[in-house]
Amino acid sequence: MLSRVADSIYWINRYVERAENVARFVDVNLNLLLDSPGLQQWEPLVVTTGDQALFKQRYGEATAENVLRFLTFDKDYPNSILSCLQAARENARSVREIISSEMWEQVNAFYLMVKEAAEAGSLSDLHIFFPEVKLSSHLFAGVMDATMAHNEGWHFGLLGRLLERADKTARILDVKYYILLPSVSDVGSPLDDLQWIALLKSASAYEMYRKCQYRITPDGVTEFLILNREFPRSIQFCVLQAEKSLRQITGTPSGTWRMPSDRTIGRLRAELDYVTIDEIVNQGLHEFLDGLQIRLNQVGEAIYKDFFSLQSA
Amino acid sequence: MLFDTYDPGDFFDELFAAKRQPRTEAAPLVNRINSLTLAELQRRQQTAQNALFKMGVTFNVYSDEQGTERIFPFDVIPRIVPYSEWQWLEKGLKQRIYALNCFLHDIYNDQKILKDGVIPREDVESASGFLRPCMGLQPPEGIWCHITGTDLVRDKDGTWYVLEDNLRCPSGVSYVLESRRVMKSTFPHLFASMDIKPVDDYASQLLEALLNLVPSQLADPRVVVLTPGLYNSAYFEHSFLAQQMGAELVEGRDLVVADGYLQMRTTKGLQRVDVIYRRIDDDFIDPLAFRPDSMLGVPGLMEVYQNGRVAIANAPGTGVADDKLIYAYVPQMIRYYLGEEQMIPNVPTYLCEHAKEQAHVIANLDQLVVKATNASGGYGMLVGPHATPEQRQDFAEKIQANPRGYIAQPTLCLSRTPTLIGDTFEGCHVDLRPYILYGKDIYVNPGGLTRVALRKGSLVVNSSQGGGSKDTWVVK
Repeated sequence: MLSRVADSIYWINRYVERAENVARFVDVNLNLLLDSPGLQQWEPLVVTTGDQALFKQRYGEATAENVLRFLTFDKDYPNSILSCLQAARENARSVREIISSEMWEQVNAFYLMVKEAAEAGSLSDLHIFFPEVKLSSHLFAGVMDATMAHNEGWHFGLLGRLLERADKTARILDVKYYILLPSVSDVGSPLDDLQWIALLKSASAYEMYRKCQYRITPDGVTEFLILNREFPRSIQFCVLQAEKSLRQITGTPSGTWRMPSDRTIGRLRAELDYVTIDEIVNQGLHEFLDGLQIRLNQVGEAIYKDFFSLQSA
Repeated sequence: MLFDTYDPGDFFDELFAAKRQPRTEAAPLVNRINSLTLAELQRRQQTAQNALFKMGVTFNVYSDEQGTERIFPFDVIPRIVPYSEWQWLEKGLKQRIYALNCFLHDIYNDQKILKDGVIPREDVESASGFLRPCMGLQPPEGIWCHITGTDLVRDKDGTWYVLEDNLRCPSGVSYVLESRRVMKSTFPHLFASMDIKPVDDYASQLLEALLNLVPSQLADPRVVVLTPGLYNSAYFEHSFLAQQMGAELVEGRDLVVADGYLQMRTTKGLQRVDVIYRRIDDDFIDPLAFRPDSMLGVPGLMEVYQNGRVAIANAPGTGVADDKLIYAYVPQMIRYYLGEEQMIPNVPTYLCEHAKEQAHVIANLDQLVVKATNASGGYGMLVGPHATPEQRQDFAEKIQANPRGYIAQPTLCLSRTPTLIGDTFEGCHVDLRPYILYGKDIYVNPGGLTRVALRKGSLVVNSSQGGGSKDTWVVK
């Protein structure tokens, strides 16, 4: 498979997943605020994107409107939902003869939906818009699963989606961390409980969590979202599946490595296999999540070097 | 009775011999359409257009900053060519392509036709498409023009003419294939009851023509389609043809010359490429051999090609035959290489480089069509009868400054065919571009792309100039 094509399929999936997750973590914040009207914290959202400098320069103050505009409809911000869809569509267009036409049509319809919303420019309908973004992303994943051959290209796509999702779950957890930080005394209060529920819901994890342990505790939620091996938005699940896809591509057996990408992802997966939630909490959740994001980036870089940026021999 | 008011007027009409008198082959079509209401026909037109848009049969508009795709306006009333006439056209096209291929091989090798004084040497060597680095080239099987789209038109009395040859990378065949697919669902009963020649084997024929260029000992040859990329106006077609052939669609940056072979960058390392169907112009193929500023090609490709380690379709250098001055010499070529007379005539052409003809052209600018010899796509031309005196003056000066650069032809009164515009049928001017493949034999896809000038009275059918398209039915 052409490197350029593999690269494009990988990025279609990353961008679609990114758009979905931006919708998720903005949505969780909107929901949190509904339950605690006095609390107006938008800055943390910008902080978790890692793009504070750009935001400061373009908008200045982190008001609700500025942050929402920046993250959803700003066409000059490369990680806004609109920009993600634009990029996903451009990538899909360049590999249309490789992916299924249903996939193309779904990306295109998704893009047109977001573009229309952006042109209308209204922020009051976001409670309808975000669920639509999530659903469109699920549609895309479903269509890809059901219509594209599960070949090398498909595995590159999956790799992109899972690495992106792992990274974003880490960031969504981090939002909660930032919001909680100024009010440690609230831990265990009814408000705190609501916040954790909202967080779980933002990752579609609430019901699955309840099935696995009744009580909602900070450690329980954190453990569920980081270390659960069965829940599809938990970080460990994503890393496990991403490793499987990568090994389908490289053909290297698990537990060994041949390419640098095998090694970086295998090592990360093994660490998540054996770390405990107590160790994570003792180390500091934020520090742990930060480190995790760096490790995920390293995996991405290794994949880029191994497969996409082939230089002539 | 939708067609009752349609008046073919004082033109050659492709469907009607006279008012309310459809031509024999068109009668079933006309009857069928007459049995529909206008609303029903419009609904089918809309459905067909939507289907094409959904399939992504679009072209890009360069000037549009969004890179928006537009659908080539599509009309559901097909154009009909009777089979008997088609057989004659097919023969004439084969004759022409055969002679043009002989010409290309000759001028880049022995140059007999120049030495014998049949065509002036300076006219060939001054053509913008004449590429000196191609001298001595021996392409596989001696074939230069594997894919050609020849533009045909008909005059007021129905006479067919060849308007121009397109030997570099003619586009539009994807419209033929996709619009046929749509037409089958628009008028299924007509396809069941009429004997309409199928077009669907084009992709297989193209693949065969390309595989024909691979040395027989190669067990598992790899064919690629080389595109300038996403923003090219014909990108949809490149991707469509690659998909239909199961070939890899590549851009210049996917390719690299290594170890004396052309290779592509894949997730499993470099892999050899054996045949390129190139959809970029000759002089962009290799910045080392031609335009050094080309970002679209592959440095070193020409050398690999000259060593016979990769085949390129069409061969570089074929663009010389697209020069409108060279076009004028095709009758001589046919006589010289085949000892035959040209079957489908050229449009009479005045060569402005000859003083006498130039004087005639300048004196009659209000009646002639003037074309720049190195332009295409409807650019760089003057339609005398529709031009202002200033425009004519401007062209007169251009011709005098650069006589080699212009030819002139009488303004043909192009044939027309009924086209649904708004609530009525209008007679619109059409041309026809059949697609010809030169593989083991010469193959002509039955029918071709009928382009229609949708602006009232306009004679220019190019998509970049407000043209649309129709399906073309060769009917027995």
